Amino acid sequence: MDNIAGTRSRLVWAVNLSVVALVVLWTIPTFGLLVSSVRNADQIASSGWWQALFPATQNLIVRAAPAESQSEEAGKFVLAGNALEGSSGTVSAFGASSREPTAFAPGDVADFGSGQTLSVAADGSYRIESPTRFEGRSPRIFVTARMPPSFTSSNYAKVIGAEGLGRAFLNTMTVTIPATVIPILIAAFAAYALAWMEFPGRALLIAAVVGLLVVPLQMALIPLLKLHNAIGIGKDYLGIWLAHTGFGLPMAIYLLRNYMVGLPREIIESARVDGATDFQIFLKIILPLSFPALASFAIFQFLWTWNDLLVATVFLGNTESQLVMTGVLRELLGSKGGEWEILAASAFLSILVPLIVFFAMQKYLVRGLLAGSVK
Amino acid sequence: MFEQLMMAGSTIVVGVFGCVAYFFASNLILDRLLPARGPNAGANINRANAVRPWLFLAPAVILLGLYLVYPVFVSIWLSLHDSGGDRFVGLANYSWLFQDGKFRESMRNNLLWLLVVPAASTFFGLIAAALTDRIRWGNFAKSLIFMPMAISFIGASVIWKFIYDFRGEGQAQIGLLNAIVETLGGTPQTWLTLDIANNFFLMMVLIWIQTGFAMVILSAALRGIPEETIEAAILDGASPLQIFLKIKVPQIWGTIAVVWTTITILVLKVFDIVLAMTNGQWGTQVLANLMFDWMFRGNDSGRASTVALVIMLLVTPIMIWNIRNARKEMR
Repeated sequence: MDNIAGTRSRLVWAVNLSVVALVVLWTIPTFGLLVSSVRNADQIASSGWWQALFPATQNLIVRAAPAESQSEEAGKFVLAGNALEGSSGTVSAFGASSREPTAFAPGDVADFGSGQTLSVAADGSYRIESPTRFEGRSPRIFVTARMPPSFTSSNYAKVIGAEGLGRAFLNTMTVTIPATVIPILIAAFAAYALAWMEFPGRALLIAAVVGLLVVPLQMALIPLLKLHNAIGIGKDYLGIWLAHTGFGLPMAIYLLRNYMVGLPREIIESARVDGATDFQIFLKIILPLSFPALASFAIFQFLWTWNDLLVATVFLGNTESQLVMTGVLRELLGSKGGEWEILAASAFLSILVPLIVFFAMQKYLVRGLLAGSVK
Repeated sequence: MFEQLMMAGSTIVVGVFGCVAYFFASNLILDRLLPARGPNAGANINRANAVRPWLFLAPAVILLGLYLVYPVFVSIWLSLHDSGGDRFVGLANYSWLFQDGKFRESMRNNLLWLLVVPAASTFFGLIAAALTDRIRWGNFAKSLIFMPMAISFIGASVIWKFIYDFRGEGQAQIGLLNAIVETLGGTPQTWLTLDIANNFFLMMVLIWIQTGFAMVILSAALRGIPEETIEAAILDGASPLQIFLKIKVPQIWGTIAVVWTTITILVLKVFDIVLAMTNGQWGTQVLANLMFDWMFRGNDSGRASTVALVIMLLVTPIMIWNIRNARKEMR
C-alpha cells in the first residue's frame, strides 16, 4: 500500500536522493581514513585525501645520487638520475636552493655556485655538472612536480611491525575470544532456569538482571581492581576475562531468556513426559534451538570486547604483551598526534576485524538488537 | 607470543569444559543424592526440583553479584573514605564534588550530551528508517549507515579528529571540515578548542555511531505497524508526510522511548571519545572521563568513586523504569 502513496515519481526521486546523501554522509568519514592510510606522509600533509585520486602538485626535496656514482665526461664530473624515482610525474619547476625552490622551468640550467650547474628535464631526469670531483654529501634538488595518484602499503607494514600493532592484534584476540565464549555458556544455563524452571524468586531475579543491564561500568572498576589485587590475579588476562564475563552476563541472560521463553512449550513438556531431565532438555533441545540468539549475543560480546578501551586499560597493564589494539591507538593519538599516516593505518587495522564480523553476521546482530530492545 | 596463544586457547578449553563439567557433575550428584525412585521418590523429585534451578543459576548469580552488585557497596564505602581508602572522611568527597569547577563543567556537558545525542540519533535514525524502507536498495543503504556501530569509540575518534584537523595559514587544509569551510569562503578553525561548540563536535561522533542503531530498531517497528491503519489513511487522502507524522510515528512511541533511553544510558557512560579527542580540555570534560581522571591520574579512589556514584545515580531512574516495564510484560 505504501506504493500507492509513493507512485509520484518526484517523491521517489527525492527519497532516493536523500538516502544517497545520508549514506554518503555516514560513510565518508571512514572512507577518508581508508584512503589516507594508503598515502604517504608527504601526500597526506600536502593535500586532502579527496584529492588522492587525481594527479596532484607536490613539492619534493630529492638528494642527488651519491658521489660514488659520478662519471667523468669531457673533463667535467657528472651526477645524473631521476628526481621522481621512476614514477611518471611531470616537473613544472625546480630550484637549487631552499630559498628559491621554484626558480627554474624544466630544461633551464641552474647555478649551484662554484661552477656547478643543475638541469632538470620535464620527466624528472636531472644532471649536475661540476669542474671538480664531487665529494661528501651530494647536493639537494628542489622539484615541483605534478604527480599521478599513487598509493602505498608501507604505512601498514610500519604500524604492524614498529608500532606494535601486530602484537596488539594477538593480545586483543587473547582477550576477546575467551571473553566471548565463557559468558555464553554460563548465561545459557541461567537463561534456561529463568525461562523454563519454576522456583521462588524467579521474577525477582529477572528484574535484577534487567536492572543490572544499565549499571555503569565506572562503578565497578575500582572495587574490582582492588579485589583482583587482593586475591592475587592482579593485572592479567584472567582478570579481564572474568571482568568481561561479569559485565556481559546481564545482556547475555536477558537476550537468551527472552529468546528461550518464546520456544514452543509443547516440545519441552513432551520431553519432560518422556522422562528427560532438565539437563538433557537444555543440552539436546534448548541449546540447538537457541542458536540464533547465541550467535546474536556472541557477535555483540565480540564487538564490545574487541572495541573496549576502558576495561582493558583498567584490568590489563600497558606492557607489550598486554596492550590491546584500542590501547595502542590511544597511545599513538597521544604520541603521534600529527602523523596521520600512522594513525590512519592503525585505526583502520583496529576496526578491520569488527567490520568484517559486522558485514558477515549483520543478520544476527540486527536480530539480537531487536530482541534486546523492542520488548 | 606462542605461549600467550596457547594460554588463551587452553583457557577457552578449560573454561568451556569446566562449565560443562560443573553443570553435568552437579546435576549428576543431585540425581544420586535424591534419586527419583525407591520409597521416597515423590519427595525426592520435589526436593530435586527445588534445588536444580539454583545449580543452573549459581555461576551466573555469583559472577553478577561479584562483578556488578558488590562494587556498588564498595563504591559507597570508598566514597566516604580518603584517596587511599584508609581514613573515614564522612561526606568530604561529596562537598568537594559540589565545589569542584571541573565537576560542574562535567555536569553541564553531560546535560548537553543527554539533550542532544539521544534526540539527534533518534531523529536521524527515524528519518533513515522511514526513507530506506521505501526504496529498492534500502537494505544496502541501511547496512552502510549501520556500519559505524562496529567501529570502536577510539577508532571513531581518530576518524573524526582527522575530519576536524586544522592546518596553519598557508598550508592546505587536510581536514574535511576546514576544507569545506575554506571552499565556502570561511576561515578554518581549530574546532576542538572552540568553547561550548567543541562539545557538539564531540557529540557528532556518538550521533554518527548511534544513528544506525536507532534506524535498525525503528525500521523494525515501522514495519510492524498494522497495514490497515495506513490503508485507511491513504483512502482518506492523507499525504505521505501526514501518514508518517500522524499515523506511523504515534504508533511507535514505545519503541522510540526504548531507543531514546538506551542511547541515554550509553551517553552517561561514554568516555573514550572525550579521552581520545580532547581529554577533557577546553571545557569538554564529562563525568565518565572525570572519574577516569581521578582514578588514574589523580589516584584518588575516594573522589573517583564519588563521581562513579553520581553516574550511577543518574542511571537509576532509567533502571527503575526498565524494571517496571519488564515486570509489566511478564504479567
